[in-house]
Parts: sequence; C-alpha cells; structure tokens
Amino acid sequence: MRTGLIAKKLGMSRIFKEDGTHVPVTVLHLDTLQVVDTRTQERDGYTAVQLGIGAAKVKNVSKPNRGHFARVKVEPKKKLVEFRVSDDAVLESGASITAAHFVVGQKVDVTGTSKGKGFAGGMKRWNFRGLEASHGVSISHRSLGSTGNRQDPGKTFKNKKMAGHLGHERVTTLNLEVALVDVEKNLLMIRGAIPGSKNDYVLVRDAIKKARHADAPYPAALAAGSADATAG
Amino acid sequence: MNIIENYEAAEIARLTEARAVPKFAPGDTVRVSVKVVEGERTRVQAYEGVVIARSNKGLGSNFTVRKISYGEGVERVFPLYAPTISEIHVVRRGDVRRAKLYYLRGRRGKSARIAEKAREVVAPAAAE
Repeated sequence: MRTGLIAKKLGMSRIFKEDGTHVPVTVLHLDTLQVVDTRTQERDGYTAVQLGIGAAKVKNVSKPNRGHFARVKVEPKKKLVEFRVSDDAVLESGASITAAHFVVGQKVDVTGTSKGKGFAGGMKRWNFRGLEASHGVSISHRSLGSTGNRQDPGKTFKNKKMAGHLGHERVTTLNLEVALVDVEKNLLMIRGAIPGSKNDYVLVRDAIKKARHADAPYPAALAAGSADATAG
Repeated sequence: MNIIENYEAAEIARLTEARAVPKFAPGDTVRVSVKVVEGERTRVQAYEGVVIARSNKGLGSNFTVRKISYGEGVERVFPLYAPTISEIHVVRRGDVRRAKLYYLRGRRGKSARIAEKAREVVAPAAAE
C-alpha cells in the first residue's frame, strides 16, 4: 500500500476535451508537499509516513512542532498528516512528492471536512418528507412527525434521526476519477465535486475498492533532486 | 491571478486560438455552426437566432440563442468556448437596452422584432 497525498482544494473549473465533451473538475494543489517523518514497526509499532503541506511561518508553529521540524530538518509545514504504508513503500524524510503520483484515469478516494450547515431540521439532515402543506397541518410543515411508539416502550429509541448539527464532519468520497495531472504546476484535477470548502486541506489516496493503476509509480512519485529519488 | 484563474486564462487562449470568439451582445442575431457527430462522420449544423442572454464566468461562459422553429420558440444555451462550435458568425447587430431579453419569450411576430443598430460603435481611441 503506497502513501496518499495531502492537497489544498482550490475550487472547481472545467476541462474541454478535443472530442467535444467537457469534464467538471475540482482543482487540487500540492503546495510544497514533502515527507516530514516516518513511523517504523520497531520504534512505533506500525509503518507510516508523515507528510506535510504548505509553508508555515515559524511564529505560527508551536514550540513542540518547531523541535520536530528541526529534528527532521524539514521546513515548517501548515498541515501534517500520517498515511499508513506497507514496509516497502516507506519514504525518506525531506523527499518532495509531485502530482505524477497519480495518473489520469485512475480512481482515487478523497477525504475532506464537509461544509458546516449549522443546526438543521429533519428534512434537510435526513431527507424526511415533512408534513403536508394543507389538510389541517398547522405551523409544523417541516417537523419530524412521530419519534416513537406509546406507553410501551415509553421512550424514544437511541439514534433516532432528529434535528441537529449537520456538516463539518469527516467525509470520504470513493472512486473519483483523476481527470488531469499537471506536474509542472503540481496540480491535480479530480472529476466531480469533493467534500470541503475552498482552501481546505483534503487527503487523496488510491481507491481502496479498486486495484492500483498499473502506471501509478510505486512507492511514490518523488521530485528529481529531492532527498531520496532512489529509495524504495 | 490565482491558480484557477491562470489555468482558465490559458485554456481560453488555447481554445480561442483554435476558434476565435467574435464580439457580440444580447440583441444580436448570430449563426452558430455546431459540429454534430452522426455515427462515424461529423457534419456542421447551423443554428441561427437572436442572442437573448450572455453569462460571463471565465471558462464557463455561455450564451443563449432564441429562434422560432416551425412556429415553436426554441432556445439553446452554448458554452462560449466549446470546441464543438466551429464558428460564431454575427449576422446582424441589434439595438437593445437590456442585458437579458427574456421579455421576447412572451412576444411573437411584429412585437418581437429588434431594431438594427444604426452603425458600429467606434472605440474612442480609434475615433480620435
């Protein structure tokens, strides 16, 4: 299993193809994406790589993290995420990963934090149908309706779908298609929408429900001249 | 410019090089040549009508063309930069005072006419 990537969601656009079709895409930017640290079986009990994205000002980095970045000798990053990898896909810290990690046509899973919708009623949150517009319904057109039975069981069951906070939760969308890879500008374009608002950091990994694409570089697409172009 | 604006500007440059986009505005009559794929071969189909709206949003810009076809009003929305359009030809410049000519939908015949612009508006720099 190779590592996923962190990316910054920039927004949406479209691609016009030569055959006349067009593809709606979400544009993701791999802004100075680097391997920061590794986790090993002997030391940590599991194997993973820690990636960092975006250049952070030192004054905005906490003291413990400053020490961490100083130890691994990597410029401070805005966002750090660990990806579990198999033993032969461990990367050296300091290596830069490019957009060539994914290939056009490949399926990926994208994880993000969905947009917060605030306190939402049952119709918006659970697709309840609400009550009727007329026939004697008064003031409660968008209400839940019944939430339970009668004296027996005499309670509303746990996990009953009700009004409450909607959105701002971790969401993973599976099997999205990579529509375009721009190694020069380090851009990834994914067909369709992905969870999260603009300027959010999202995680992109190989689709878990599909075999890995034959042309996808293993263990990762590293930038030439970065720490370990030969490792792996 | 941010990254998406850069990408869209480059795409617009590439697509307009392949097929130029003429200056036209709501009220103008245009003939849009659309590439139609029929099985193996492609042919060009012309669609002529009045531009009743334009929507300017970068690479996603589009325009709406309305015509009366066999007594029935037909409207078609074209992406401005679509490679399926082989040519946009401006047939006639219309003189209108609105950006969206949705009022034409309720009109037929004489009242749905648009006056022709007296002459091309000359840019101030060129006039001097």
